[in-house]
Amino acid sequence: MPQPIKFYQGNEIIAHAAVTAGCKFFAGYPITPSSEIAAEMAHLLPLYGGSFIQMEDEIAAMGAVIGASLAGAKSMTATSGPGFSLKQEHIGFACIAEVPVVVVNVMRGGPSTGLPTQLSQADIMQARWGTHGDHPIIALTPAFPEELFMETVRAFNLSEQFRTPVIILIDEVIAHLSSGIAFPTREELTIIERTKPSVPPDQYFPYDTSFGLVPPMANYFEGYNFHVTGLSHDRTGFPTTNPDLVHNDQVRQHEKIYKNIHQIEKWEEFYLDDAEIGIFAYGTSGRSAMDAIVRARKEGIKVGLFRPLTIWPFPDDPIREKLSKMKCIIVPEINLGQAILEVQRVLGPDIPIKGIHRVAGVPIHPREILALLKEINNEL
Amino acid sequence: MSFDYGKYIRMEKMPFLWCPGCGIGIVAKALYKAFADLGWENNDIAMVSGIGCTSRVTGYTNCNTLHTTHGRALTFATGIKIARPDKHVVVMAGDGDILAIGGNHFIHSCRRNIDITVILNNNHIYGMTGGQYSPTTPQGAYAATAPYGNVDPCFDVVELSKAAGATYVARGTVANAVLLEKLIRNGLAHRGFSVIEVISNCHTQFGRRNRQPEAMQMINEIKERTVPLARAEKMQPEELYGKFVVGELYRANRPEYTEEYERMRKKALAKHQTKG
Repeated sequence: MPQPIKFYQGNEIIAHAAVTAGCKFFAGYPITPSSEIAAEMAHLLPLYGGSFIQMEDEIAAMGAVIGASLAGAKSMTATSGPGFSLKQEHIGFACIAEVPVVVVNVMRGGPSTGLPTQLSQADIMQARWGTHGDHPIIALTPAFPEELFMETVRAFNLSEQFRTPVIILIDEVIAHLSSGIAFPTREELTIIERTKPSVPPDQYFPYDTSFGLVPPMANYFEGYNFHVTGLSHDRTGFPTTNPDLVHNDQVRQHEKIYKNIHQIEKWEEFYLDDAEIGIFAYGTSGRSAMDAIVRARKEGIKVGLFRPLTIWPFPDDPIREKLSKMKCIIVPEINLGQAILEVQRVLGPDIPIKGIHRVAGVPIHPREILALLKEINNEL
Repeated sequence: MSFDYGKYIRMEKMPFLWCPGCGIGIVAKALYKAFADLGWENNDIAMVSGIGCTSRVTGYTNCNTLHTTHGRALTFATGIKIARPDKHVVVMAGDGDILAIGGNHFIHSCRRNIDITVILNNNHIYGMTGGQYSPTTPQGAYAATAPYGNVDPCFDVVELSKAAGATYVARGTVANAVLLEKLIRNGLAHRGFSVIEVISNCHTQFGRRNRQPEAMQMINEIKERTVPLARAEKMQPEELYGKFVVGELYRANRPEYTEEYERMRKKALAKHQTKG
């Protein structure tokens, strides 16, 4: 039976998607503009056989979700700006210990307390490099109601499939926009669970690479009695400072994401086929770009959009394929230049790349993008 | 009665990394004995620790072990306990680890009265990082970061735990392993948040700077300063200054966190069903 269409804001959609994906544990800490996710999880989880806890701070919430995930519960936390900074210590732990967790960061103006109730897109680099050390990360940037639902489900799937934290990176406007949506049922979705060990406990090692780049993962209390540490470790999970073992494990953790990048990358195209000008935009800026493109097309400007749904790992190959023939690229983002650095790295110096960067706590208006499009089009 | 420590020790990880004479070995042994007395199976125990010498107990213990970040073991332990309320969760922590960087997590875990047992090895110093003063270093004592004597006042772990809401609070020492086993066993069996403070020796980092460079010298001094609860009750506060009062110091009956959550769940489900 089809689900009824109801009115939900972005944050609530994420919560509903999480429980549908099988999330059984949420730990959070109040922070604007992500608080509705925690409130909705507190409402839903007891009814879905899961548990919610409001912890004493963001670091504690991140620690709790890692503990619950090790004990076998799919787990999520949600936060914003300053809270995302606090979580970084334990995001690093989840990376090195390879624990699947989902972290929602609703981007607000910063640094520090900044603009608590207004949007930004200034945590793109924090999502990638926020915790110390070299580590890969997966970050998703949904921008529409149905996408919020499906990308939240995908975040859980990717975290389980690759034993890694996955970050859902949205901005305040996406989080608070309300729309009518009919939620898919669990039966309509593909749900991925972590790969369990196929060997008996005495032959199990939590970081055994003989089964591939992603080692099978036992849960606590299943008889495997294994050790998990934030120290550099060997395949047995116990600490090592052996240079080869340390290096090889770091490289393997990098490769488990980058060698599987084609299973992780995802993007949407809008009028790209015959475009001469390309726009790279995500989140609210992606929506503004779509509006600008519709208007520009009416004036005969051949422009199209590349809108990443996976922003980390960065979609190098798809960008090269889709945007390298463009005469000019525009990157509108609500920061002073973050994703544009990656676009420049991928496309090199031969294509002019122009940014629209404003950090005023308000979306980039389609007319700003349209004005730049007209300017560029006149010079083509 | 003989007792097989091998059941709870990962023998292949021997020898321990601790200094010869370190009190942590005594604490670990008392804990394993308490597990055995209670008949706990390895697979039913999760042991969580933070960073520091004491936190290395997890690596040597044969159960579901988690060696986490500095001060934050209780946050991970809370997630484990809520995901699996039917299992035993034990946290091994040092004084610097759980009372300084982990102080916030400590008081809030006490407040929730979640069924976790904390073994707090209090050696009054940061050992692994090189002898810096901790929240329990006595005023006036010397440390790597207190070369002219420690200015900071110190915490009383027992009073802190009681005030924050722990429902089982005990203090033992490494100088009396028999009492320590009993206190740990009762703490593990208690349904609620339990804190067992263990007065321990770090002759390497604390003793060396405070005229007690030998392990036995420190352990004997701990013994001399120990006062059992029954005797302490008859003493004046000024007589107890600088003493370690040991025993089961506090017990209370309050609803345990995960049980309370299940009660709330029943209420939520009932409300949800009436609403349709």
